[in-house]
Amino acid sequence: MELCAWRREPSFLRLSLRKLSLRRSWFALLWLVSVFALSAAAPEKHLTVYSTAANYSVPVVQHEYRDYVGLLELLDPLGSVSVKADPPRWRIHYNNVLGEFIAGKSQARIQGRGADLTGRFLLDNGRGLVPVDCLNSLLPRFLGGPATLHEESSRLFIGNIATHFTAAVPLDDSSRLVFHFTAPVNPMVATEPGKVRLTFRREPITAPASPRLTFNSKIISSADYSERDGSAEITVTTSVPLIASFSPDGRTITLSPPKSQVAGNASTGAVPANPAPPNNPPPRPLAIPNPAPPVVRRYFAIVDASHGGLDRGEALSPTLAEKDVTVEFARRLRQELESRGISTLVLRDSDANLSLDDRAFFANSTHAAVYIALHAASNGHGVRLYTALLPSAAGDERGPFRDWTTAQMPSLSLSQATAGSVANELKKVQVSVRTLTAPLRPLNNVLTAAIGVEVAPPATDVSPLTAPDYQQLIAGAVANGILAMRSQLGAAP
Amino acid sequence: MIPRHFYIAASVMLVAVLGMSIYAWHMRARAVATPAAATDTQPMVAPVSGPTEQVTLFVAYDDLGILRAQAARIPLPSVRQERAEELLHALIALYLGKSSPHPLSVGSDIRSVYLVDPGLAVIDVNAAFADGHRSGVLEEDLTVASLIQTLAANIPGISRVKILVEGKQRDTLAGHADLTDFFDVSAVNQLTSQLQSIQ
Repeated sequence: MELCAWRREPSFLRLSLRKLSLRRSWFALLWLVSVFALSAAAPEKHLTVYSTAANYSVPVVQHEYRDYVGLLELLDPLGSVSVKADPPRWRIHYNNVLGEFIAGKSQARIQGRGADLTGRFLLDNGRGLVPVDCLNSLLPRFLGGPATLHEESSRLFIGNIATHFTAAVPLDDSSRLVFHFTAPVNPMVATEPGKVRLTFRREPITAPASPRLTFNSKIISSADYSERDGSAEITVTTSVPLIASFSPDGRTITLSPPKSQVAGNASTGAVPANPAPPNNPPPRPLAIPNPAPPVVRRYFAIVDASHGGLDRGEALSPTLAEKDVTVEFARRLRQELESRGISTLVLRDSDANLSLDDRAFFANSTHAAVYIALHAASNGHGVRLYTALLPSAAGDERGPFRDWTTAQMPSLSLSQATAGSVANELKKVQVSVRTLTAPLRPLNNVLTAAIGVEVAPPATDVSPLTAPDYQQLIAGAVANGILAMRSQLGAAP
Repeated sequence: MIPRHFYIAASVMLVAVLGMSIYAWHMRARAVATPAAATDTQPMVAPVSGPTEQVTLFVAYDDLGILRAQAARIPLPSVRQERAEELLHALIALYLGKSSPHPLSVGSDIRSVYLVDPGLAVIDVNAAFADGHRSGVLEEDLTVASLIQTLAANIPGISRVKILVEGKQRDTLAGHADLTDFFDVSAVNQLTSQLQSIQ
């Protein structure tokens, strides 16, 4: 009947219906294309979690422009978890810790005590969701230990799990770049013209003291650290193709040009960095017996350009900040020290924010023989050398642990001797010099010999602070002073 | 039927409420327009008068980068804590003077000095003192040594000193001198000796 009725419809109506049908098809097609396009454009976001128990990732959902994560999924791999949902109430037991949440409320109770969630708690089909940005404060209440969230890169570190690294160009071969990691790593290696990328998806790699490390090498100029989408990446800028070789223990990665690597391949597993696509399985160290142990790079000197980032230090002039003078001077001092055979790491080699605790941590963890903090000043003239102002009695020592505020105490006499040696060298080049003590962190937190060098202009005009010849004069004398102390400093703990 | 006097009473109360609201609004606007107390650089307490005593102030000289012991006669109260405050007020007054050898920012002041047995002195400076302090290792070193040495030299029994800013702990004085820890007076003694000599 319907067919008959259809046939009976006038031609203009049939045309309209056809148009409508065609339009519907177009809409359907457009909708499908949109759905596919959107699904391709917005991949599911994940939070990567690093812990001693497991490394895993959990999905992140968005609600009212905020990132949320399921608390059950987050805690489940870390311990024994049970959940009881009784909307709007939601209870979670993690080991012996009870968390009580109410849907729509931004306050929760952990073990009966209030906890701020920074946003509303969501209940989605019995699944309890908490804002990602509250994890820094919420998780320690459950876990009893620290949790560090890198929100921008969606990385969460449970406990002190971070893997640190150093990068250096060996003095005897400036064509190689050697990375040392505090734990075994297995990154994906990929290249593009002028770059080698090491991508760490499973390893809790954390940023070095400065996100950009620069090297005195014509082949390898810098290495940049970045984090995004749950992974960390080191990008090495190079003028020639490099291949990566891994030490058997997975803690050392050496990047070198293929020619120089030929001989080295006999002892280490070499993985060509070119042209490994990013999606390939990560290169694994070859199980070739290696008679030579991996060379562990130890810096003799750590040069720390004080201030940086938001901390500008003293305004030496309306246009000149202390932080800029110190970093320039640090690079020059590194050059002077390395030219005298003293391996040197510049702690802040860019305009990075670096806390005093971080500076002390890096100085201590690299086991350098001497730490030199650089400052600049507009008043006075010449150079002032500082050692830590410490109380007459030692701090609270407990077994192998040292009091953080007086960690310098055992090395103080060595620091004073180093300052004296540098002062003598400065006097030799007719630079006015004073040696003083000062409550100047992080000198008191550093375990090894530690001095502060405050460079003031030779007269009232501050412009010589940036003059190459003035910097060279002082850097050379400081380097000579360190060199003169080398044998004593080398025996430092 | 509502009696007429009810209407009158309600109207009077309404007018009173409106009048009080307008008055409260006016007072609030006046309070907002009044300058903040923090900008008042005048001393908070009346200067102490009475018999003077000789004290030793350790005065910083920026031109040479040194600290000099300087005798002064100032009126001092008998209470130990007030004496400590007056000593430091005298030192700050010197630094705020026209021919100051170690200029401090306008409005710099000592809020209080607390003496806590055994041997602890807490110096609480105001925000202007720290916020306006010139940055530099030596300048800050001189200020810290000047305050602590002046206090320790004139008030017996002080072995440790803590410096607070507006009653709170601050990381550094002006980017360099660490204020997070207690200062050991014997260590500051040695620093003072270093700062008293021109090497």
